[in-house]
This record gives sequence, structure tokens and C-alpha cells, in this order.
Amino acid sequence: MGKFTEDDLKKELETKEYEYGFYTDIESDTFPVGLDEDIVRAISKKKEEPEWMTEWRLEAFRAWQQMEEPEWANVTYEKPNFQNISYYSAPNKKPKYNSIDEVDPELLETFNKLGISLEEQKKLAGVAVDIVMDSVSVATTFKDTLAEKGIIFCSISEAIQEHPELVKKYIGTVVPQRDNFYAALNSAVFSDGSFCYIPKGVRCPMELSTYFRINQAGTGQFERTLVIADEGSYVSYLEGCTAPSRDENQLHAAVVELIALDDAEIKYSTVQNWFPGDKEGRGGVFNFVTKRGICERNAKISWTQVETGSAVTWKYPSCVLKGDNSIGEFYSIAVTNNFQQADTGTKMIHLGKNTRSTIISKGISAGKSQNSYRGLVKISPRADNARNFSQCDSLLMGNKCGAHTFPYIEANNKTAQIEHEATTSKIGEDQIFYCNQRGIDTEKAIALIVNGFSKEVLNKLPMEFAVEAQKLLEISLEGSVG
Amino acid sequence: MSLKDKLLSSFIAFEDYLEDDSPIHDVRNEAIKHFEEKGFPTKKEEAWKYTSLRTLLKEDYSLTPYKESVVEFKDVKKYFLHEVDTYKVVFVDGVYSSFLSQTTHDKLDVCLLSAAFSKDKYKSVIETYFNKVAKSESLTSLNTAFAKEGAYIFVPNHVESDKPIEIINFSTGNEAAAMLQPRNLIVVGENAHVQIIERHQSLSGNAVLTNAVTEIFAEKRAHLDYYKIQNDQHTASLLDHTYIHQERDSICKVHTFSFGGKLTRNNLNFYQNGEHCDSVLKGITILEDNQHVDHNTLVHHISPNCESHQDYKGIFDDKSTGVFNGKVLVEKEAQKIDAFQQNNNILISDKATINAKPQLEIFADDVKCSHGCTIGQLDEDAMFYLRSRGIGKKEARALLMYAFANNVLESVKIPELKKRINKLIANKIGVSLGFDL
Repeated sequence: MGKFTEDDLKKELETKEYEYGFYTDIESDTFPVGLDEDIVRAISKKKEEPEWMTEWRLEAFRAWQQMEEPEWANVTYEKPNFQNISYYSAPNKKPKYNSIDEVDPELLETFNKLGISLEEQKKLAGVAVDIVMDSVSVATTFKDTLAEKGIIFCSISEAIQEHPELVKKYIGTVVPQRDNFYAALNSAVFSDGSFCYIPKGVRCPMELSTYFRINQAGTGQFERTLVIADEGSYVSYLEGCTAPSRDENQLHAAVVELIALDDAEIKYSTVQNWFPGDKEGRGGVFNFVTKRGICERNAKISWTQVETGSAVTWKYPSCVLKGDNSIGEFYSIAVTNNFQQADTGTKMIHLGKNTRSTIISKGISAGKSQNSYRGLVKISPRADNARNFSQCDSLLMGNKCGAHTFPYIEANNKTAQIEHEATTSKIGEDQIFYCNQRGIDTEKAIALIVNGFSKEVLNKLPMEFAVEAQKLLEISLEGSVG
Repeated sequence: MSLKDKLLSSFIAFEDYLEDDSPIHDVRNEAIKHFEEKGFPTKKEEAWKYTSLRTLLKEDYSLTPYKESVVEFKDVKKYFLHEVDTYKVVFVDGVYSSFLSQTTHDKLDVCLLSAAFSKDKYKSVIETYFNKVAKSESLTSLNTAFAKEGAYIFVPNHVESDKPIEIINFSTGNEAAAMLQPRNLIVVGENAHVQIIERHQSLSGNAVLTNAVTEIFAEKRAHLDYYKIQNDQHTASLLDHTYIHQERDSICKVHTFSFGGKLTRNNLNFYQNGEHCDSVLKGITILEDNQHVDHNTLVHHISPNCESHQDYKGIFDDKSTGVFNGKVLVEKEAQKIDAFQQNNNILISDKATINAKPQLEIFADDVKCSHGCTIGQLDEDAMFYLRSRGIGKKEARALLMYAFANNVLESVKIPELKKRINKLIANKIGVSLGFDL
């Protein structure tokens, strides 16, 4: 093998097309483009929702109309025209399967290409998958096992039908309809999403997981996820995203609400690999997500995310530490390449006494991308003995990219202990030299170093995800040292 | 009439009153236009998120002092660094006091900006430097529009100033409320060396709002030490803007000691325009009551191979509020930068608040940038250790606070000044220690 120079690496990286780019041709029934009250009503009607839900959506829509698109994030993009999007699209054939063999082979093929085939998943460690393909859940597995424990894991539209009391009680309590521009939009038009309820004292025996994908051209995806862990329960929830290659920008505005009641624990892991646009920066998904969790007494919420995709990411998974002794954690790897832009981070709002939070954020930027960490740690006056540790490390590859850190720290209590540290550096020439000298070529050396850099976060991912995440990191980054 | 309207209308009178072949006539007019457009900053602006000027702007300030004020030296002696010989540029209510000052034109120029404006021999300097590094931010523009008086310091190439220079602004409180807008211009030539101490002091309990702008130019290999002592009455507020332009191999160090004042805002901006620059920003903030101090720093790394170090310590008691908003900006051409930023805070009271926002914006890959920010309390183990050795609670606390702030104090080059600041800290904490640190 000839010498693999940095230039070669750069070239290889530039020409590397989105590996998971494909488009499955499934007939969809799609709404006309545009958004007004009628469309909101129509979506609600289509989903056969009760009256209160329709009203709730309309309330959100009216709030949204008054709002302006936020501009404070450190990203630039052409604003989507909200009247140019079709707000509902569902695969036309809507059969309910009990076994995977009945699923449309075309769909199965799609998942096989993604390397996350259901068969494989089924064999692996018992993961129940609720697949959201263009907004309507198509297959749900392992439901029976879950039902035995009293765990409800279904699509949110199903939950609205079958468990209206739970949905009505909790939806919008963590992320209110008028929380922000995209949350309001989502509240008005969300088409589907997942709902999960773990009863008191139950430890969910398997990792719950959903895969979201955007498929139909020109349809925005507006999922809504609601996870409720009742007193003393535990759940680990995985969410993974891949999307087909498309030239037009697609909008993804999801809302995730987590509710951890007394002594409960929720672990929420995300691998995000939406289409990032090609190497000229054309196309790609806009990912504007509102994720927030609320912790009651002794509860714990842990966010783990690996962000490799999307043209523009705008995402701050947050924890409201309301109850005494509650714990919030945030572990994140954000990788940007080519023209990708990410403005991501977390908010830790300490309200209760003895609350603790940990933030570990790793940003890796290459190509001409911009990667920002933006985080808030807020200690309220009555949050005695609150403790926070934050660490934000950035790795830069090449001098055309940028890494930025915007931490906000607001302390209103004298017993608070807050530590924040951030570093920015590049992969050291001596590190690479060390590896080369031991017979590891430059490309592998970089993979090794990046893996080491991200290890603290990768370690927090559940087994099945860690493998995929590592693979994604390699795809996005190998050889991009400048 | 709002303060803004008042300022705008008084500008017309101000312009009429000046004899106007002044070279900065156009600069003034442009600046007032800019201020008119922007107005005073509000909390909606990101840079002012944690500091509100609202209550300050409600006062009815008199903009130009009508009464001549006489200040006796014995009354104000304590505000001077009288243990050592210094050059002094002293202003009383914005008017130059020749009686209290000690200027020079010998080896270097230490005099007045108004003199520099009017005399021909300074014309080229004014044209080259005045308003060249100050950015058009609304408050800076406001100062530029009314720029009339302040210190003018010009250190020619290869000159080392033989003594420190003090710039002191007194306000007498003859008016119920006064607004002052001093403007300083400091040029440190190639290989020149100077130490400057700046102080704003009000002599009564009347409200004072000072909107100061200082422009500093450090040429090649220049060396500047700048000390800001902010220990004013709790009725005085200071909006300070300092812009420093650095050429290659220059070293600029700014120490800010914030103990007094009602509201203090320090905008400290460094622009490194040549290789191997070193910028040092250090500060100690000790607050009580309702005091509010906002440190807003920017280090803009434009050229490669430069360094910057920031170290700010804060101790907050009662209902005081501290803000630290530090920004390190590294351009993509600026490789091999070593930038470090540290901000440590101690909260002593339940009602005290700290808002910190240490930011890094980095576009170059071969850099070493890091920042650290902590908020905490005095170490209880250390406290116990001291108390178990018979040191009183108050003294033990004071000792620990000294230790906490010592890093910053250590780099003060003028021994008398160091002693003075030690005393100020001791006063502030309310103890006297039996030794000097």
C-alpha cells in the first residue's frame, strides 16, 4: 500500500457521500402544502383525536402565529418557508403486524441497508422497536413482554386514543405549547411519536428504542415523544435517526418530554445521523429539537447523545431538577464536517436542594463546519448544596472550521459549587507520530485518537448503540486532520 | 425628558460652544448619530443580558458642571499614591486641575487631551490614533461625541517613563447628580515602557455616572502596565470602556480592582495585531450591599504566535451581583495561540448572585485555548485548620480570602500600590492583619 497522505485523506473524506442515503418508494398519502387552522384540524381528524387534543393543537398553533423564529443561535441558514411544507404524510398501506415476516419487504430492505435490521435487533439483547417511518408507527415488537409488566409503549396517537388520562395529564407540562417557536409548531402539527409509561416500581427489562426516519420528499417530521417514569421505576430509552439523501432542506422539529417522578430514573440516548448535506453544503436536514426532562424528588435523568448528522442542529436537552436530591446528566458528542453547523448543549436548572448535575460535551469539527456548545447552569436561591461539573472539549481539524463555547452560569445560592472547564485543541502531531512510529497508519491513528477523545461519552451509551455510534464517528471523521 | 434626549439636545449646544476647526468635528457628529440610532444598551442585548442601566438612567444628571470646584490637596491626599513620586493628571468634575496635577513634556508627554486637540504639534498623533481602536458601540459613541477632556499620554520610542502616571477623576458632588465623560488617549511607542494607575473617585454621596473611554496603542515591543482602582462611593457608577491595540512583541497588562461603586461595567478589549503579543487581564472583585460589577472582556487574536492570560477572582457578599462575560476570539490565521481564561468566584451570602459566561470562539486549529470557571465557598477544612490553631473566625476567613486573591495581587509591579490594595482589601473585609502580604 502506498503512502496515505493527509491530502489523500482529505480527498477521501470530501468525496465520501452520505452512506445511508437512499429513498424507499412507498406510496404515501400526503396533505397539501401549507399550514393554517384547517390543516391543524385535518391532522387531528385524520388521527381520530378527541376534541381536547384538537383544541390543544389549535391553541399551540395560535401561539405559534404570534411568535418569531429565534435568531440567537450561532448558525446561519435559509429559513424554511413554513407554508411550503406538507404537514402530514403517512405510509399508505397501514397494516398491523404481529410478526416481522408480514412487514412490507420494501421496508425491511430499507432497514437492512441501514444495518439495523429487525431480525438482528430481535436477536440482539431483546430490544423492542417502535418504528416511526414518516410519522406513523408501522411495527411494534415485544409489546406483549412489556404489557405483562404494565409498561405502556406505543405511538403517541395510540396513547391519545387508549390512555387519554395519562396524555392529558402530562403532555405540555415540561415543554409548554408556547415554550419556543419550534415547540409551538410541533405542538400544533405533530403527526406521531412515541409514548412510554413505566408504572410504579417497575424496572423496564429491556432497552426501549425507536427509529425515526424522514422519507417522503418535502415532508417535515414533527414527532412528539412523551416518557413518564412513575415512582421508583427505571427505563432506558434509545432513539436513533437516519434519513435519506435529499437536495431540498428538510425540517425536523421534534419535542421530547421526560417526566421522572419520585425516585425514578430515565436514561435517554440518541444517535442522530440525519442527512448532513453534500460536500458543497447543499441539502441536509434542519434539526430544531426541544428536549427537556423534569426530575422530582431523588429522580435522575441522563441524556446521552451522539450528533453526527443534520445540516443545522439546534438542540439543548435540558433537565429541570425540581425535586430535592435529583440528578441531571448530559453526555454529548457532536461531530460536524463539510458545511454542517451545530449549536447544541444543555440546560441544568437547579431548583431543589442537594441537586447535582454533570455535563460532558465533546465537540469535533472538521471541513468548513461550525460547532458550538451553548449551555446554562442555573442555581435558584433555594437550591441549597447544588453541585455542578461541566466539561466542554473541542477538537478542531483544519483551519476552516470553528469551535465555540458559550456557557452561561447563574448562581444565586451561596452553597452552590460549580465548576466549568473547556479546552480547544487539535490532534497533536506528536500523537500521530507516536502511532505512526508503532506501525499504525495516520487514518487509523486519527480514529484511535478521536475514539479516545469521545470515550467518556461513548461509554455512557448502551451496548447496541455504542457500536453504531463508533461506526458513525469513523464515517464522519476518519482522516480529516488538516 | 429622557437622558438620551437630554444628551442629544445638549450636543447641539456643546458643538456651538466649541471653536470648530477641530479635526475631530466630523468624528463627533458621526458618533452622536450612531448613538442616536442605537440608544442606551438594554438587557435585550446579549452583551448586557445581566446588567441593566434602567435605574441609572432615571437620574436627572447635569451634563456640564457650571460651578468651579475647589478641592484642597489635604482632603484628597489619600486617593493619591503619595508614597512614591508620580506624574499626575487630575480632573475635578471633568475640568483639569492644574493645582493637583503634575504633568510633563520632557521625555514623554503627560498632559491633556484638550491641549492635544488644539495644538498643532499633536495634530498628526490625533489624526493617527484618536478614535481608531474604539469600536462603535453606543456608549463609546456617546463618549466620542462629547470627547473634550481627559489624559493624553504619549511615550516616544525607546523611552521608559521614570515614574508611574496617575490619572484621577474626582467628582465633588456640587450638583445633585452629574454625568462625566472622560476620554483618555495613550500611545506607547516602540520599545517604550510605562505604568499607569487610573482612579475614579467621588467626594460626596451624590449620584455620579461616569462614561469613560480609554484608547491605548502599544507599538512594537512596547510594555504597558495599567491598574484600575475602582473603590468609589456606593452612589457612583462607572461605565468604563478600554480598547487596546497591540503591535508585535508588545506586552500589555491590565489589572482591575473593583471594590466600590454602585454599578461598574468594565469593557476591556484587546486586539492583537502582530505576532508574539502578550495580553494579561487580571482582576479582583470584592463586593457587598447592592453593588454590581460586570466584567466584559474580549481578547481578539488576529495574528499567530500570541498569548493571552485572564484571571478574575470575585468575592460576593450581601445582595451583590457579579458578572463575568469573557470572550476569547481566535481568527483562522491566528495559529499557535495560547489563550487561557480563568474565573473563580466565592459566594458568601445567600442573596449574592454570580452570572458567568466564559466564551471561546475559535476558528484556528493549532491552538491551545482553555477556560475554567468555578463558583464555590471557602474551604471548610482549611477554615477548621486555621481555627484549630487559634485564629479567630473573622481572621481565618480573611486569610483565606487573601490567599484566594493573591494570585492576582502578586503580579502588581509597584510595591506601594500593592500595599495600598492590600489595605483596601483588609478594609473591605473588615480586619487588620498583623503582617503584609
